[in-house]
This record gives sequence, structure tokens and C-alpha cells, in this order.
Amino acid sequence: MIATIAFYVFALILLASAGMVVSARNPVHSVLFLILAFFNAAALFLIAGAEFLAMILIIVYVGAVAVLFLFVVMMLDVNFAELKSGVQRYLPVGIAVGAVLLIELLMVLGGWTFAPQAGTLKLSATPANVSNTAALGRLIYTDYVFLFQAAGLILLVAMIGAIVLTLRSAKPSLHQSIRRQTQRTVAETLELVDVAIGAGVKASGIYRPKAPEPEPETEHAGHHPAGGH
Amino acid sequence: MATMQVGLGHYLVVSAILLVLGIFGIFLNRKNVIVILMSVELILLAVNLNFVAFSAALGDLAGQVMAMFVLTVAAAEAAIGLAIVLIYFRNRGSIQVEDVNLMKG
Repeated sequence: MIATIAFYVFALILLASAGMVVSARNPVHSVLFLILAFFNAAALFLIAGAEFLAMILIIVYVGAVAVLFLFVVMMLDVNFAELKSGVQRYLPVGIAVGAVLLIELLMVLGGWTFAPQAGTLKLSATPANVSNTAALGRLIYTDYVFLFQAAGLILLVAMIGAIVLTLRSAKPSLHQSIRRQTQRTVAETLELVDVAIGAGVKASGIYRPKAPEPEPETEHAGHHPAGGH
Repeated sequence: MATMQVGLGHYLVVSAILLVLGIFGIFLNRKNVIVILMSVELILLAVNLNFVAFSAALGDLAGQVMAMFVLTVAAAEAAIGLAIVLIYFRNRGSIQVEDVNLMKG
């Protein structure tokens, strides 16, 4: 009874916040409603007995994906009011497609039953007296280990892809070139000049340190006019 | 068939409405690619809800394994999608979907 009431409350908040995600004027509000939707979906998962997935949903989705959305929305300096301008034009077709889809889905739901042999076709039956997390762990590391590995690979590819896409090669890359440093000779660093008494270094044109050679790999050691020389 | 505290039909109705809301969001926010990505997340959430509901109703854990896989793919998709949005904004100074016609030829 309590579970049913909780289900209705969470489902109602889930659907309301999902509606706000798609209709909010400010994308930051959209992201915040998305977080609320994820929280309520996690509660629905809990009611269905999928505790591990509920926690994953909160940790991965609320903790990482939704915050990623939030970062991107706040980072982009976009005039979001302008992006919202076409809503009036797209509203009728959106409502039409949505209504047709909803009616079709509800028709499917209305005339649908389990196949008679559905109970015997279990791929991996839920074990009794084992917590959901333990049962899932036993399953993904044995029967579904390749799926698990594939999921890891997908995440790796996504990570590398995101880094490659957004990496900006920094212009003044401050790499230390050890080869250049050790191969420097005294001649290219040090210049001995006879300065007449009272002439000053400015007049001789050696007031500034020697400019580094225009080489692709810049070197940074010892450009300062060493005081003791 | 394992007993559920809440009937399977309730879950299916909720996830059907969630899916329709996600698709509605794609139509409604045709210009804002970030909200489109969020709508895709909603659609995938509806799929996950279906997986979990059937898994609980049939007493078959395979559905929850699949839901975990869907979660993984959705997270990867969000990361890549947002990265593309970011570099697109960096290059063009806009994220309007209608402006994305560089590859139209």
C-alpha cells in the first residue's frame, strides 16, 4: 500500500519534472529538473527492487552526467532566449507526433499479455536470498563478462574522444628540451664585448639579452643576462 | 512469475509517457542542441525504466544488466555530444541546430 502511494508520488514528480525539462525557458532550469527526474526515476527503480541500478543512476547520472550538462550550459555564452524563439512554430507538430505516439503506445499496452511460456524463458533468474547488488555482481562478472568489458571499452573510447575533441594545443608549450640544453655552447650564449670606459652597455647594442634562435622547439635555459659574467 | 509491489502496467505507462515527453522535447527545442541531448537522456531513462520493470516482473536479472549497459552508452553519448557542442560553439560562436550545415555540400 505504502509502496503504491510512493510509486504514484514519485512517478508524478518524475513526469512533471520531465515536462519541465523540455519546456523550461532557461536551460539551467532544464538541467536542474533533469536532476530531479533522475532522482525520482531512481526511487522508482528502488520500488521495483533494482537497488544497484538506483544507486548507479544517482551516482553516475546526477553526479556526473547532469553536472556535465550544467557545466556546459553555464560555460557557453549563448543567447538562450533566441534559441527559444521557434517554439510556437514547432509546438503543433510536436504535440501531434507526441499524441500519435502516446495513443499507439497505450493501445499496445491495452492489448498486451505475457506469452504463456514467458516464465520458463528466463535468461538468468533472480536468485533467492541474495541482495540485488550481489546477484548482479555474480552475473556481470560471469555470464555477462564480455558485455561488461565492452561497456568499459565504450567508456574508454568516449573518454579519449572527448579529450581529443576538446583539447586545445597550447600555443607556448613549455617543454624542456634536454638535448638543446646540454648541447648549448658557450659561443651561442655568451658574448664578450669590450666596452669603453663611460660608454655604457646601451650604446653598444648589448643592453638586451640575445634573442633565442627561431627554432620550433623553444628552449628556456639561461636567457637572463648573467650578472657575474 | 515474481511478485511486484506495484504492477508492471503502471511502470509501462510511466515509461511510455516519459518516452513521449522526450520525443516531444526534441520537437519543441529544435534550435537548442543541449536540450535535445537532455531529451535523449529522458528517452533512454524511459527505456531503462522498461528494462527494470520487466526484469522485476519476470524475475530475470538479465534486464537489469542490459539497463546497466544502456546507462553506460548513455553516459558516453552525453560526454561525446557535449564535447561536440563545445567545439562547435568554439568554432562558430553559436549552437543553433539550423546553423549546423557545414557538411551539407
